[in-house]
Amino acid sequence: MKKSDNLMSGAQIFFECLKREKVEHIFGYPGGAVLKLYEHLYDVDFLEHVLVRHEQGAVHAAEGYAKASGKVGVVLVTSGPGATNTVTGIADAYMDSVPIVVFTGQVPSHLIGNDAFQEADIVGITRPITKHNFLVRDVKDLALTIRKAFYIASTGRPGPVLVDLPKNVIASKCEFIYPEDVELRGYKPNYKGHINQIKKVAEVIASAKRPLLYVGGGVIMSGGSRELAILARENKLPVAMTLQGLGAFPGTDDLSLGMLGMHGTYWANRAVDNCDVLVSLGARFDDRVTGNVETFARNAFKIHVDIDPTCIDKNVVVDLPVVGDVKHIIAEIASEMPNQPDTTEWLAQINEWREECPLVYEDNDGRLRTEFVIEKLFEKTKGEAVIVTDVGQHQMWTAQHYKYNHPRSNLTSGGLGTMGFSVPASIGASFAVKDRPIISISGDGGFQMNIQELITAAANKVPVKFIIINNSFLGMVRQWQELFHAEKFSFTDLSSSNPDFVKVGEAFGIPSYSTDNPKEVDSILEKAFSINDRPVLLEFKVVKADMVFPMVPSGGSISDMMVKRLNPRRMT
Amino acid sequence: MRRTISVLVENRFGAFDRIATMFSGKGFNIRSISIGETEIADISRMTIVTEGDDQIIDQVVKQLNRLIDTIKVVDLADTYHVERELALISIGLHKGSMEQIKNICDIFRGNIVDITNKSMMIEVTGPPDKIDAAVNVLAPFGIKEMARSGIVALKRGEQLKIQKKENFTT
Ligand SMILES: Cc1ncc(C[n+]2csc(CCOP(=O)(O)OP(=O)(O)O)c2C)c(N)n1
Repeated sequence: MKKSDNLMSGAQIFFECLKREKVEHIFGYPGGAVLKLYEHLYDVDFLEHVLVRHEQGAVHAAEGYAKASGKVGVVLVTSGPGATNTVTGIADAYMDSVPIVVFTGQVPSHLIGNDAFQEADIVGITRPITKHNFLVRDVKDLALTIRKAFYIASTGRPGPVLVDLPKNVIASKCEFIYPEDVELRGYKPNYKGHINQIKKVAEVIASAKRPLLYVGGGVIMSGGSRELAILARENKLPVAMTLQGLGAFPGTDDLSLGMLGMHGTYWANRAVDNCDVLVSLGARFDDRVTGNVETFARNAFKIHVDIDPTCIDKNVVVDLPVVGDVKHIIAEIASEMPNQPDTTEWLAQINEWREECPLVYEDNDGRLRTEFVIEKLFEKTKGEAVIVTDVGQHQMWTAQHYKYNHPRSNLTSGGLGTMGFSVPASIGASFAVKDRPIISISGDGGFQMNIQELITAAANKVPVKFIIINNSFLGMVRQWQELFHAEKFSFTDLSSSNPDFVKVGEAFGIPSYSTDNPKEVDSILEKAFSINDRPVLLEFKVVKADMVFPMVPSGGSISDMMVKRLNPRRMT
Repeated sequence: MRRTISVLVENRFGAFDRIATMFSGKGFNIRSISIGETEIADISRMTIVTEGDDQIIDQVVKQLNRLIDTIKVVDLADTYHVERELALISIGLHKGSMEQIKNICDIFRGNIVDITNKSMMIEVTGPPDKIDAAVNVLAPFGIKEMARSGIVALKRGEQLKIQKKENFTT
């Protein structure tokens, strides 16, 4: 065989590498700079390409796919506008540590820097919002770069990696040598925690009177939910979860306190305020959790377990850090426990708080409320669904009222708070999860931010249930305006300008239903759950001016927590 | 507090920008930054002088470490090390000032590297506080232009037990 017979084009190498990375789905949108790749894609049979309708949608879909499956989500877009349209999605993935690899086309190498047609310095633009990024300058580097991209995205603290592919690199040829191993001298994630530290953690928990586990998304990413359940149940430790942590521990378990933080439950926040040992597992002391860092868990001995050393002592200085893989460390803590702490009194105290201030809403005035819809959804799916929320009040109400049984079931944009996440992310998730219902929940505002992806769902016949919680307002902003901005409801009232969502759904060929009547919620859900071969759309028209409580105002302390107590006189 | 951090980085497209971007993105200060070759062809050394309390410096070091392109990050405050900086200082000449400037230049063991009948340029090297002193003494003569290289630093061959954070720089 002549040497030239071994030559492969950049495009061939690209797909050969994806095959070896076991990529089965890719979310993309074609354009001039990636035409060569799309030419080859036409004949590729080992993966399914999902054509989105906007590149932001491709990235969120890849995120949904990655969050639901634990695999790397893959995106392919063209140069210039195609690349810049991915920026919000990449920033979102960076904030929430989602493993994705984004391939962008680029103008030919010799034109880079010339303001060529559809040129954008996407590597420069995304440098602060990627875990790492690459510009491939020579086809000989392509295979190794792709290998590194997947390795970096999926190991350590996961995150987005971007690979910029100049048109000529994809077109030129070289011998294909697949690098079996990747060695990066500047990147060696530390998985094993320090055993002496771990022993100390076990001792501190064992002697605690009022211990609390503060669980974040890292537990889910590391696959540590089972280990967490063992540690919590064997030692009777209450578990409070962050928004991203929901699902790490079953929400129906007595030891679950639900969510903590700004819109966390009263009892979870009181527990944080009163605990004597706080064990943070795969969480990052985000300001939406801590509020005022000076008073956060002010009497507690603080333990922090995380794979990312930069998370430690960043926002809150802790007493005992352990750096490493959360799953392994939880298992080791459990096996090092010298004895079980006696938490009977502590759990009883927490239950008193639970009764003192439960999650309540007015439910006997005949008007529809979001909390009711979410509770019905929970009843219908028994906590087994994959719920993909958008950003706003509905997101917080879902976090409070839906009790997740499994990890990787709560997909939401937490760190960046990106409206428009839910619709495309739920579509992405539906390609990863086939055996459980996928439910997208958006507000009427956020639903319109990536509304074009409805056709991606319809065209691919994905059985996503798109729920719109229509309160005719940019509800969460409205809430802040009411509480903190002199009730100036500046540009948040959509009631006269919202489209007819049922007609919108139907225009996309999606069966669509709407109601504002609590009595119809069951039947409309019934209808939706009987359709499983294509998407459905449900609009719930809820009361306009409700607010989410409890609420710890931004930067506030637990003592500033606002709670809702039902006032019978107001219930008319 | 001023801290000098030494970073070995991949000598690769974008590596410098990535570090600068991290500093600005996280709101860390850079007092000076210098970058140059090392004994290994594909590795560069950056010497970064930054400011902050212990918690901030801890974050700076961790954030630098987190970047894929950084190979080794050392906070030199924990070590015996040598720091050097070079300054080129151009000073306007007045009646009788030349002799005085030349004297000062000698005291600082500087070199006169350029001279016209209106100005002279001197080169001073040394630890940064020596440069500061030279600049202070020369200022009254009228500094027309100045360029400082930023600090380069290297750990000493022998590391004696020292109290943390005590700089030993001459
Ligand atoms: C892309 C983007 N733009 C603006 C915001 C600010 N924002 C946060 S919540 C919110 C209101 C969301 O309204 P809606 O989607 O109707 O949901 P609701 O709060 O009513 O449930 C806005 C505008 C954001 N988070 N994301």
